[in-house]
Amino acid sequence: MTKTEPSVVLEPTPRSARGGFFRDLDWRRYVIYIGFVVVFIFFAVLLGNQGFLSPNNLLNILSQTATIAVIAVGMTFVISAAEIDLSVGSVAGLSSVTAAMTVSAFGLVPGILAGLLVGVVVGSINGALVSLLGIPSFLVTLGMLGVAAGTAQYITNSAPEPILDDTFNNLFGSGSIGPVPVLVIWAVVAVAVGAVVLGRTRYGRQVLATGGNRSAAQYTGIRTRRITFTVLLVSAVVASLAGMLYAGRLQSGRFQWGEGDELSAIAAVILGGTSLFGGAGTVVGTAFGALLIGLINNGLVLAGLDSSQQQIIRGAIIILAVALAKKK
Amino acid sequence: MTQAVNAVETRRISKSFGPVTVLTDVDFAVRQGEAHALAGGNGAGKSTLMKIIQGVYQPTSGEILIEGEPVSITSIQDAKAAGIGMVFQEFSLVPSLTVAQNIFLGVEPMRGGLVDDREGVRRARTVLQEMAVDIDPKAEVGRLGTAYWQLTEIAKALAQNARVLIMDEPTASLAKHETEALFALIERLKARGISIIYISHRMDEIYRVADRITVLRDGRTLFTSTLADTTPAEIVEGIVGKKIEGELTYRSREAAAASEVLLEVRDLNAGPRVRDVSFAVRAGEIVGLAGLMGSGRTELARALFGIDPIRSGEVLIRGEKANVSSPDRAIAAGLALIPEDRRDQGLVLDHSVRENLLLPLLGRIRRGPLLDLPAGRVLAQSLIERFGVKVAHPGRPVRLLSGGNQQKVVLAKWLGTDPSILILDEPTAGVDIGTKSEILDRIRGLADEGRAVLIISSEYPELLAVSDRVLVVRDGSIVEDLPRRDIADEESLQLAVQGVQS
Repeated sequence: MTKTEPSVVLEPTPRSARGGFFRDLDWRRYVIYIGFVVVFIFFAVLLGNQGFLSPNNLLNILSQTATIAVIAVGMTFVISAAEIDLSVGSVAGLSSVTAAMTVSAFGLVPGILAGLLVGVVVGSINGALVSLLGIPSFLVTLGMLGVAAGTAQYITNSAPEPILDDTFNNLFGSGSIGPVPVLVIWAVVAVAVGAVVLGRTRYGRQVLATGGNRSAAQYTGIRTRRITFTVLLVSAVVASLAGMLYAGRLQSGRFQWGEGDELSAIAAVILGGTSLFGGAGTVVGTAFGALLIGLINNGLVLAGLDSSQQQIIRGAIIILAVALAKKK
Repeated sequence: MTQAVNAVETRRISKSFGPVTVLTDVDFAVRQGEAHALAGGNGAGKSTLMKIIQGVYQPTSGEILIEGEPVSITSIQDAKAAGIGMVFQEFSLVPSLTVAQNIFLGVEPMRGGLVDDREGVRRARTVLQEMAVDIDPKAEVGRLGTAYWQLTEIAKALAQNARVLIMDEPTASLAKHETEALFALIERLKARGISIIYISHRMDEIYRVADRITVLRDGRTLFTSTLADTTPAEIVEGIVGKKIEGELTYRSREAAAASEVLLEVRDLNAGPRVRDVSFAVRAGEIVGLAGLMGSGRTELARALFGIDPIRSGEVLIRGEKANVSSPDRAIAAGLALIPEDRRDQGLVLDHSVRENLLLPLLGRIRRGPLLDLPAGRVLAQSLIERFGVKVAHPGRPVRLLSGGNQQKVVLAKWLGTDPSILILDEPTAGVDIGTKSEILDRIRGLADEGRAVLIISSEYPELLAVSDRVLVVRDGSIVEDLPRRDIADEESLQLAVQGVQS
């Protein structure tokens, strides 16, 4: 006697019960890790004697990936809740100039607070417009992308704002602890906190439920509007932190910092296995998505390709990876 | 009945998925112009058999005959070409397109390389006229009621010359008079020689529309019979594999007349539909809410649970005014609502059984700021066992479960919160009869534990089987409060709901 519906039988057999709540026990979920290893080995063999495997180059890849990885952690929450945040890149730019100007005028701590305040203000506006007025997050954050970028350019007259405070610069990106750049430490911390919050807290579970089925989440007593508000707030605050990482690394604030990062961050999130339609997300996957993009960028440069060729290959690899991870 | 040609016939069809055999030597034949009911419990193989006829699955062995000729159906296109049409349970229409555009979706009439919408409308009108239904082919589907969606689905199949229509629980989302209209349409289609395969759990409907019935059990054909020669009890017995006695008869419970009033509603006004509603439910009591679709019964449940805002009036729990202005506050006040649409409102379908079960209980499995995942697994497992959910693995998506098991997950999820007041909206919709009586039994058990239960159902036998008292809702107000012993039978409840004096 069978009580099994055929669709159940067609699915691959489940692996052990271990491995956390939100893993679908599906090899496609692991495409990003497989892809990462394959691309790494590919470059290691091909570019081994061009210095790809040198510790310096590997640390370099991590540093260059760090800022995107930080932004992508926030983006993972947004996309898991079935929203999108297109304003993160320009929030990073605005935060970098705001922090730079405030550091010059009032010193270190006010500068850091001012940078974060940019995220709080923009995130609250985004969140309120989406959760209270019900405007799609795509439109709200698309508009905010322009507003934040324009504001950053306007208040600086399009000029870079140098940061002369060494503490700021060392803290946010120029410094290193031992051999490890602080940028990498920031990214690791962001990923660790994000992974725990999304995977292991009540809030994370509620974000995923809201993204998976908003109406069922609401019937379950989850304040779905609050979830929408907070994911957009978190995303903007994290983006403002990323803006200060740019400012520290490049020792200046500039409206162009972070330009276009929203697309890299979204690509990292989706490559990492988070569903573009919400309901399923993993921060560790996102980190590997960001790393994979960084790895490809680095390898293509070492291989001597020019930027037009790099763009084509990078785009093709992203499409390929997402296609492999797709069901069916 | 004259010896008719079989419009579609399967001979000794077997189907296995890997090591699991789902169908074994199934013989199933539908005559031309016949309505043929197909019944069976969850997992009996109904949907697999239908998917084979529609070309979604290929049989492992056996053959399919269309009008007496063996055919090979290896794709949905083959099935359509052979004249098999499916009226989907979850409608497959594009809401932003018109009726005509939907009917000819993918097979649009063309002129000079462009879609000829005018011709589409003309041909759609012909099809709809043949069906004798009054729908404007130029109307946008999204603006029409669900009954019209279904008619559009049927028209879509007929426009592609379907000779056999498969209808899976077609009345699930229809009001009474819409159901009647559908039955009349089925009669007209039969008269035109079109065959209907009618899948339903509702005995009264099967007797209304079907000429013959085939019952599947455990992937085999149990019997095929004309309905004139078989009794409902035989069919039910065939489906569940054992005699169910009195599963839908009222069992007088120790009526909780003297016990504490748990829920009291005074002069409640909410949304557009709930007007001046007052009633009380005692601990241990099951109160039924009877009313037509759109009478305001679901809206009343939504208001009590904080989904729709309350305009005026008050809700008292254990005699004290309660704040139920949002679902989380209602839950905190001891309420639980099993919503009417489990797929849309009850479950996150892509999440696992375990995640769904734990969603309202996350506060209980915390260790500091983190969730205690091992404790969650234990809690989920205990709920699964307590409610007899049949699940291969609690980590699998709940989407893969049968309707009955999904409903058990929704029930278990809510009962995990140990609510003192339980509101159930259509708790057995689309559930097979075995699971149905199991769920009704659990509801009785929950009341026996001292909970107040409010149950909404369109199925009067079910309502009469469990309710100690029935409130009749009409136009958003409670018009009658009937103790169960004062309701003679289904018909008298029916009359009360319709507002007709008997």
